[in-house]
Amino acid sequence: MIPELGRAAVLIGLAACSIGAVTGMWAGKTGRADAWNWTRYAAFVFAGAIAVAVGLMQAALIGHDYSVKYVAEVGSNETPLTFTIVSLWSSLDGSILLWALILALWAAAFAWKMKDEHPEHAPWALGTILTIGIFFTFLVSGIANPFERVPNPLENGPGPNPLLQNHILMIIHPPTLYLGYVGMTAPFGMACAALFSGNMSTAWARAIRRWMLVPWTCLTVGIILGGWWSYEVLGWGGYWAWDPVENASFMPWLTATAFIHSSMVMERKEHLKGWSITLVMASFLLTLLGTFMTRSGVFNSVHSFTQSPIGPVFLGFLGVCLVACVILLAARIDSLSPPTKKLEGPWSREVAFLGNNLLFTAFTFTVLLGTVYPLLNEVMTDVQISVGEPYFNRMSVPICLGILFLMGVGPALPWGRTEPGVLMQRLGVPTATALAIAIGGYAAGIREPLALMTFSLSGFAGAVTLRELTEPGRQRAQALGEPLPKALIHTWKTGHRRAGGYIVHLGVVFIAVAIAASSVYRSEAEMTIREGSTKSFMGYDITYTGTERLDEPHRWSRVARFDIQKNGSPLGQAEPRLNHYKKMNQAIGTPTVMSGLDEDLYLSLVQVDTEGKMASLSIVVEPLVWWLWFGGGVMLLGSIISGWPTRRRKDAA
Amino acid sequence: MSSDTKKRRLFLVGALSIAAAGLGFVAFGNIGENLVYYWDPTQLVAAGDKSVGATIRLGGVVKEGTMNWNPDASELEFVVSDGIAEVQVHCTSAPPQMFREGIGVVVEGTMTKADVFESNRLMVKHSNEYKAPEEGATVEDLYKTVEAL
Repeated sequence: MIPELGRAAVLIGLAACSIGAVTGMWAGKTGRADAWNWTRYAAFVFAGAIAVAVGLMQAALIGHDYSVKYVAEVGSNETPLTFTIVSLWSSLDGSILLWALILALWAAAFAWKMKDEHPEHAPWALGTILTIGIFFTFLVSGIANPFERVPNPLENGPGPNPLLQNHILMIIHPPTLYLGYVGMTAPFGMACAALFSGNMSTAWARAIRRWMLVPWTCLTVGIILGGWWSYEVLGWGGYWAWDPVENASFMPWLTATAFIHSSMVMERKEHLKGWSITLVMASFLLTLLGTFMTRSGVFNSVHSFTQSPIGPVFLGFLGVCLVACVILLAARIDSLSPPTKKLEGPWSREVAFLGNNLLFTAFTFTVLLGTVYPLLNEVMTDVQISVGEPYFNRMSVPICLGILFLMGVGPALPWGRTEPGVLMQRLGVPTATALAIAIGGYAAGIREPLALMTFSLSGFAGAVTLRELTEPGRQRAQALGEPLPKALIHTWKTGHRRAGGYIVHLGVVFIAVAIAASSVYRSEAEMTIREGSTKSFMGYDITYTGTERLDEPHRWSRVARFDIQKNGSPLGQAEPRLNHYKKMNQAIGTPTVMSGLDEDLYLSLVQVDTEGKMASLSIVVEPLVWWLWFGGGVMLLGSIISGWPTRRRKDAA
Repeated sequence: MSSDTKKRRLFLVGALSIAAAGLGFVAFGNIGENLVYYWDPTQLVAAGDKSVGATIRLGGVVKEGTMNWNPDASELEFVVSDGIAEVQVHCTSAPPQMFREGIGVVVEGTMTKADVFESNRLMVKHSNEYKAPEEGATVEDLYKTVEAL
């Protein structure tokens, strides 16, 4: 029954979505309240129908109903329940169903939240969101139909991709990333609405910003979790390899970050309206490009991509969206009212934002070029190549340093015009901090220019940020005679949007330091240790004490045990393992990471010989990696503080 | 629009174009220097001196009877073949668990003047049984045709 019921639910969703797309546009054009209400109901039905479809798919997965095509592809009787549930996003068709669900939920949330708000814009926006929804629901109902009935179902299946059932982060990382990816559809619809209606008011700009902040946060967390997952699972001791799939998630993040900054200029100075809209559109288009790249198999080889019908259809949709955006922009950009305020001197906050936007755009271009270059090359010359990591590193390092620098200068500059005295006063301590770190670092033996510059600029940006976070509270404490902590908390509460933004900046500072330290001062080795003997690396003594075979229903594992001593004192036992999944002719490792505030010891098992007498290990020692995940947490905290809804103060903010 | 604003806009567009052109120039130059080539032994041999110093992902089969591993020095030697040409490979890593003679491998590294392919990264090809990867999710797709172990 499930194949038919699931398909029916998807078709109901498709119908609701299509109706809502039409009535939404109609409501936008005519301003009719009844059409707007129909659109909202359509969005609710859409969400409900797709939720039922996902529920049915979960029932099929958990009940091992192999008559459903998707279950036959990814299910297996031996897979643990948790990984059976998450196998919804372990393969193509299921992940597009999840995509449709998240889109439907965003649409419903938008319809619910915007009931009586922004009547001029909201219908256009929801109409656009539902139009995008038609495409994804169409995919689920047609060429990527996960509910297709298998004529002669088997008793068991192959199970999900072993890499995806190897770590707990796989449960949370993909949905978080999807929330961010798909969430870009809402600000996209809203940006289109501004063009359709020819009005980008300050209130609408603020609304778009708020709807962008949520997916941006999810994307940020999703990207960092992805890095963490690859660090914990893939066994090479790194968290970022500039591979197309990572780049695919990074590019929309870059343009969205640029928008979050340009939107502040739009709110304050009415400038950069067209540019901000372009950034939102680019973010959305880049999520489509990313999905196309990750889902079509195009990176296996250009030639394999036509084997799946999804690729060409997706590429076509991407092309249509791109053309539609360009036409819409060209036709309507002049309808946006020109700014009434003039940009003042070159030393101002808005100019710093402009510089930030240029750098983020350059960054996006760089990553995009490196990502699609092999594809274009293969299409044109039929030669398979890839762009090596050094390209990305060499290009991104100067850009990142520039961004770090602006992250310090920008917040210190006031809006409008800056008096030289103010600049001196605000940048004095941060500059001294930066110099002190550079000199102190050099004296302490840090000779790598990259590390020195990153640490120094991070100190600069961090000092400015801390000053901006505490200065209002300090002034209030002085003026009102309040105790400092109380004044600080008061200013953070009333200016939570600002304070949250600066906390995000602090998170970025942690991440910058962690990335620079862990990549510049990474040491690695490979060694083979005989049972009972010890080898040393970077102050660690590693003793191989033996191996054991562990059997689980869905896999068996070879565990090797090592006693670790750091500088002579015991640190603990490491148990890296190699997992062999049933029906998969490969071994997937689970590395052991011994994390510390100063450095991580990373052990991954390469092989154990047949008698278990010798174990080969790959060992990586990386400083400060822990601070990368910590910085991610700080960024999340900052975004939550910044985006926290404050109904009461909404109009005063 | 006053001629002053026009002039300023023209200046801005000009400056941005120059900046964009500069970025494009640097980026393309950098890409050209950092390409990774996907070659089989025949292509590698045909490339001759071009292969010395270039980053290459060499794919082929580990020839029977050529594997030689020294665990104490962590040195691995074998011959990669595609049935037509053969390349001697020297690797400073232990053979992954599934590594054996006759298996498909991808080794990343470069050709040396001594006609030995020097590699520090060894990947075992998935067997044909494993077909899920191109449909896999997110980051791990990097490792979809090959598995670093």
